[in-house]
Amino acid sequence: MQTFTYYPGCTLRTKAKDLDAYARASAEALGIALIEPENWQCCGGAYSTATNEAGSKLSAVRTLMAAKDSEGLVTVCSACHNVIKQTNYDISRNEAMANKVRQYLGLEEAYRGETKVLHYLELLRDVVGFDNLAAKVTNPFKGKKIAAYYGCLLLRPSKALAMDDPENPRIMEDFIRAIGGTPVIYAQRNECCGGYIAMEDKAQAAKRSGAVMSSAKDMGADMIITACPLCLYNLRKNSGSDMPVYYFTELLAEALGLKEESNE
Amino acid sequence: MQRIGVFVCHCGTNIAATVDVKAVAEALSHEPGVVISQDYQYMCSESGQDLVKNAIKEHKLTGVVVCSCSPRMHENTFRKAAASVGLNPYLVEIANIREQCSWIHKDIASATDKAVILGKAAVAKVHLNAPLTAGESPVVKRALVIGGGIAGIQTALDIAEAGFDVDIVEKEPTIGGKMAQIDKTFPTLDCAACILTPKMVEAAQNEHITIHSFSEVSDVKGFVGNFTVTIKKKARYVDETKCTGCGLCTEKCPMKKVPNEFNMGLDNRTAVYIPFAQAVPKVATIDPNYCMMLKNGKCGICSKVCSVGAIDYKQTDRFIEQKYGAIVVATGFNPIKPDKYNEFAYSICPDVVTSLELERLMNAAGPNGGTLLRPSDKTHPHTIVFVQCVGSRCDDEKGKPYCSKICCMYTAKHAMLIREKYPDTEVYVFYIDVRTPGKNFDEFYRRAVEQYGVHYIKGMVGKVMPRSDGKIDVQASDLLSNEQLHINADMVVLATAIEPDKTARPLATMLTTQMDTNDFFTEAHPKLRPVESATAGIILSGACQGPKDIPETVAQASAAAAKAIGLLVKNSITCNPCVAHSDELMCNGCSSCEKVCPYGAITYQDKEFRMPDRTTAVRRVASVNPAVCQGCGACTVACPSGAMDLNGFSNSQIMAEVDAICK
Repeated sequence: MQTFTYYPGCTLRTKAKDLDAYARASAEALGIALIEPENWQCCGGAYSTATNEAGSKLSAVRTLMAAKDSEGLVTVCSACHNVIKQTNYDISRNEAMANKVRQYLGLEEAYRGETKVLHYLELLRDVVGFDNLAAKVTNPFKGKKIAAYYGCLLLRPSKALAMDDPENPRIMEDFIRAIGGTPVIYAQRNECCGGYIAMEDKAQAAKRSGAVMSSAKDMGADMIITACPLCLYNLRKNSGSDMPVYYFTELLAEALGLKEESNE
Repeated sequence: MQRIGVFVCHCGTNIAATVDVKAVAEALSHEPGVVISQDYQYMCSESGQDLVKNAIKEHKLTGVVVCSCSPRMHENTFRKAAASVGLNPYLVEIANIREQCSWIHKDIASATDKAVILGKAAVAKVHLNAPLTAGESPVVKRALVIGGGIAGIQTALDIAEAGFDVDIVEKEPTIGGKMAQIDKTFPTLDCAACILTPKMVEAAQNEHITIHSFSEVSDVKGFVGNFTVTIKKKARYVDETKCTGCGLCTEKCPMKKVPNEFNMGLDNRTAVYIPFAQAVPKVATIDPNYCMMLKNGKCGICSKVCSVGAIDYKQTDRFIEQKYGAIVVATGFNPIKPDKYNEFAYSICPDVVTSLELERLMNAAGPNGGTLLRPSDKTHPHTIVFVQCVGSRCDDEKGKPYCSKICCMYTAKHAMLIREKYPDTEVYVFYIDVRTPGKNFDEFYRRAVEQYGVHYIKGMVGKVMPRSDGKIDVQASDLLSNEQLHINADMVVLATAIEPDKTARPLATMLTTQMDTNDFFTEAHPKLRPVESATAGIILSGACQGPKDIPETVAQASAAAAKAIGLLVKNSITCNPCVAHSDELMCNGCSSCEKVCPYGAITYQDKEFRMPDRTTAVRRVASVNPAVCQGCGACTVACPSGAMDLNGFSNSQIMAEVDAICK
């Protein structure tokens, strides 16, 4: 059994409990142990607008340091993944920044990006393997046309995240194939859902998330999957569409026949 | 005792603004051997040269140091001046106090100090200069043109016109290049084939021109005036001398599913093929990747139908060797493949095409006989979106940093031609800037906008994606009205960047010429020697040197021909006397020099030597062919025993310079 450090992040403890629970249950079924570090803090996402650049890195570095000696740090939330992986990328290339962070945190030695950061989808693709996953599926989504929604945070900036081609990604489509479904390619799959603008300008968020849903529907999708709690919120609540939206981990758990037990 | 004259140039304010030239002249006047030290405003001017000449005569100078610009600029000027009054030209040294001093420093005191030091080094060197005599070497009166596009054809025709023999080596089965694929040409909209094919025929019929089609240059040896080039004539499995180009074999060939490269893969050709109707030479070629006879020995139909017995399945690559006095590079360009730009959906949607593909789609000899139809369903497109600068002016590694220059004009041409022929089709052009400098170019673009109603929108396309109804969703920004746009298009045309042909890089290595980071050949001087490479005898023609349209390419092709002719009319050329030589007594035959010589100028000989004990011994020693040596000096550095030395840049001269600098 392979063991990874698992960082859930704040939203997975509150609004997105499903995303978290299904991720843990599925990992176990796939032979991966996810260990949550003690006393973890915010990923740093809340500080991303801080004017002091080092300030925005501190929180992420704490998380990264906690996973330094493990096989890797696994995240599920698109935003946590984005913040932590970008920080890891920046700090491995910027010695001055690494030293600043070292001084702020009172570390003996500067952290220089030694931890490997993996999104849960990368864990499925690169550690488990989509072929192996497909072999373990007991409850395939046969005949289901599933649209993958990447949103803005999962793939960009592509150099730092190094996950997939941001313009023509395939990781979620391959995932959909692995769980027996048929992926739907549509124009808006990597466009913005409206994000935080929903707090200020609901009409704008409605326009953006509506465009995502209608573009997917136009290409014949039955449902949409996403990895991001904020995307899920906008697509469900603001788009005005009744097409179902799920976390990808929920479909994963269902395909592995785990949905009932973990939902309790 | 040496009598040295020092001449310090102001170069207007180029040097004098940063270097105290009078102080330099004063300081150098105290150097050993210096009998006169002067400064002057423009030393390269006629009166400046007279100053040098008079001083040589008056003071009976044995050496001259000119503190001025780079020796690449005016070394020859001052050498000639010295020679005209009887001083050996190789007794003139240049101290570069412009490019390597005044232009790069701001502080007058330190720049002046440095100029003095550079002058002292040159004085120290000139003490050890020996008079050298340049030899002469004969010029082979034949030119080679590499590449048979419009650039190569024009260069060859002009050289032939002057009465010299010229060979064209073209890697494809026919000459014609990219221009043969183009439908109409801007800004006059005349048919490309109508103006190109007569030139192709003229080249084929000219008694001075030999066309080696389906051939490549595989080796280049020698130097200006006397290159020896090996040409690989690739097996085409058809005897060129027998084939009449009747085309019967291409009609009968059962292998009909080969992507037709001439039509950009938009339709198919047969395994034995003639690229297009006006091909020159009009000779069939068998594609060994698809021919069933060559692959598994079954078929042989073409051989049966050929009435002249030209098919030869046993043909192999042949190598021919030829001598040339000058080589013209005309390897041209290719549009990049836009498959790295996934936002434009080129690889997933057949109705997203490149501009060159559009040329074929609109061409009467193209896959649709000249009717513009969508590749996917062969329907008439009602809305077409053009995207400019795909891969050009990019700051990431996906694209090219430069402007490809021709795209603004050909896109305006495409837009205009479509509006002219299909007035019901709406045309949108997304651009960053519209660049139309050229005779009648801006007028042409304005006609597209004003007369033909083409919608030009400043902004970039962010995403292209096919929709369920077969249309294409084009998402873009209009930067002038600050709006996000969605256009329901039937076709999208990408104006892809152009890049040098892939064969250019290995060719540059063979020719020992320089390229820039984008693999365009570098000209000897960007303003004053734009068609010559820095390697003597290698001349540049067309887009291999940088993006160019047809008028510019033809102009440069004729300029290249003029440079080649200028070389070929000479019976002999002066050789560079600054070549390496080996001290046979010191040489131990280790081969270090031979390994580093880029010109193959060094060979080894077994020679008999008398030893101190009066016996004789046979030793292997290096010997330099002075006609081949280019004086690069690599061998002198590599030689572990110090046996190799370079005339004009001897080890002792270089050490004297270093000593003077370090003093």
